Amino acid sequence: MSNIPDDFHFTSTHEWIRVDDNGVATVGISEHAQESLGDIVFVELPEPGTEIAARAEVAVVESVKAASDIYSPVSGEITEVNEALIDNPQLVNTAPYDDGWIYRMSVNDEKDLDELLNAEAYADHCSDE
Amino acid sequence: MGQKTPLHDRHTSAGAKIVDFSGWDMPLHYGSQIEEHQQVRNAAGVFDVSHMTVIDVAGADAEDWLRFLLSNDVARLDAPGKALYSLLLNHDGGVVDDLIVYRTEAGYRMVSNCATRRKVLIWLAQNSSGFAVQVEERPHLAMMAVHGPDSISLACEALPADTIESARGLGNFDSLERGDLLIARTGYTGELGLEVILPTEQAGALWDKLLAAGVKPAGLGARDTLRLEAGMNLYGQDMDEKTSPLSANLGWTVSRRDEDRDFIGREAVLQHKQRQQDGELPILAGLVLEARGVLRNGQQVLTDKGEGVITSGSFSPTLKQSIALARIPKGSRNCQVELRGAKAPLKIVKPGFVRYGKKIFE
Repeated sequence: MSNIPDDFHFTSTHEWIRVDDNGVATVGISEHAQESLGDIVFVELPEPGTEIAARAEVAVVESVKAASDIYSPVSGEITEVNEALIDNPQLVNTAPYDDGWIYRMSVNDEKDLDELLNAEAYADHCSDE
Repeated sequence: MGQKTPLHDRHTSAGAKIVDFSGWDMPLHYGSQIEEHQQVRNAAGVFDVSHMTVIDVAGADAEDWLRFLLSNDVARLDAPGKALYSLLLNHDGGVVDDLIVYRTEAGYRMVSNCATRRKVLIWLAQNSSGFAVQVEERPHLAMMAVHGPDSISLACEALPADTIESARGLGNFDSLERGDLLIARTGYTGELGLEVILPTEQAGALWDKLLAAGVKPAGLGARDTLRLEAGMNLYGQDMDEKTSPLSANLGWTVSRRDEDRDFIGREAVLQHKQRQQDGELPILAGLVLEARGVLRNGQQVLTDKGEGVITSGSFSPTLKQSIALARIPKGSRNCQVELRGAKAPLKIVKPGFVRYGKKIFE
């Protein structure tokens, strides 16, 4: 788990969120999540403009093995989705923290991020599973 | 920790994700199940299937016993080096297991499933009284399956020199023996290929030679999507002791070539036939999802004739869409499934989607 980027926040359901300098957040799933799912074959993306609550189902990642709901780490509005995943869903496997991002959102309240796990706490969470 | 095959250390050092498979630690994939699947469809892959159960049968009554025990008729194997696929049926005509039986120099060899091992050994013991047979499990034999369009030519670079010419010339379901080495043109992927059964201590060397020849390791994940694309059943999923072979697309394995042959399950399957004609017994069909999404085992489907259930569903890496085997009412003309709250239409096809790398349904 040494490769978890430390400016990311994580959920116990294996999503990550990273807020950049202009306040836009990017969301994806963790290395641990993609590895447990196996080869990803479809990603169902949300509609930009949708308001979402924290922990609401926002996308679906389907692998050869299973379908997995993606829950929004915090509340806000979807601003952009990663359309590259429509033709190349395996980006989530190959680059879960980078080109395999799933959507971007505006965050209603950045204080909500404090509720999430930091990289170290998330690594502990994964090793407890 | 589970039982390990003689190739276990090679799997772990190749980075395999190891999973429990009926008490065995087996490689699910070595990185990407889909890449391994494509490797088998396009070139050649090798599977460690040493967890399978190998049982040798010998004795004066070996042929008579197997003709009584198996749905298919081993009298068709007119010489050593021939093999056939068969079921073991129970008295209700349900499927105890599926297997391949090879006729060998010493008698017969059956290769049956791993998950059913205990049950099958008990079933054989329970049904052998009155027959002069010796039944011997062979746990010290390993097994690997080399499959794909390039598999035979590459395997011939790895096999013992004195087997190469014969191995290259094997027809489908033919085999050759050299002592405890058995090489057969059988498999579970819908591609050309060989299954090799050999002493455990020789397994590592053959595996290494196959890899050196350019064959790539493939895990049980790819094996499952390959067999599903080929329309081949998985025991315990597409059929079990409550399933008639006629509801598993396996009526053809119940041989009536000799009308006088008495075998376990014979009367029951005759009744199943009548019930199926009357529309009471479902069939196993192939389903193709034309929308995005993945069909999953256990999902309910609805046809114009009633309800059905998906017995094996997955994503087809060759077709890039989801396919399934499903038990549905006979005569169904259309079918739909509910996927995430929306109804999606499914195309009904014969079970069998890909053979020799090509789509085979309309």
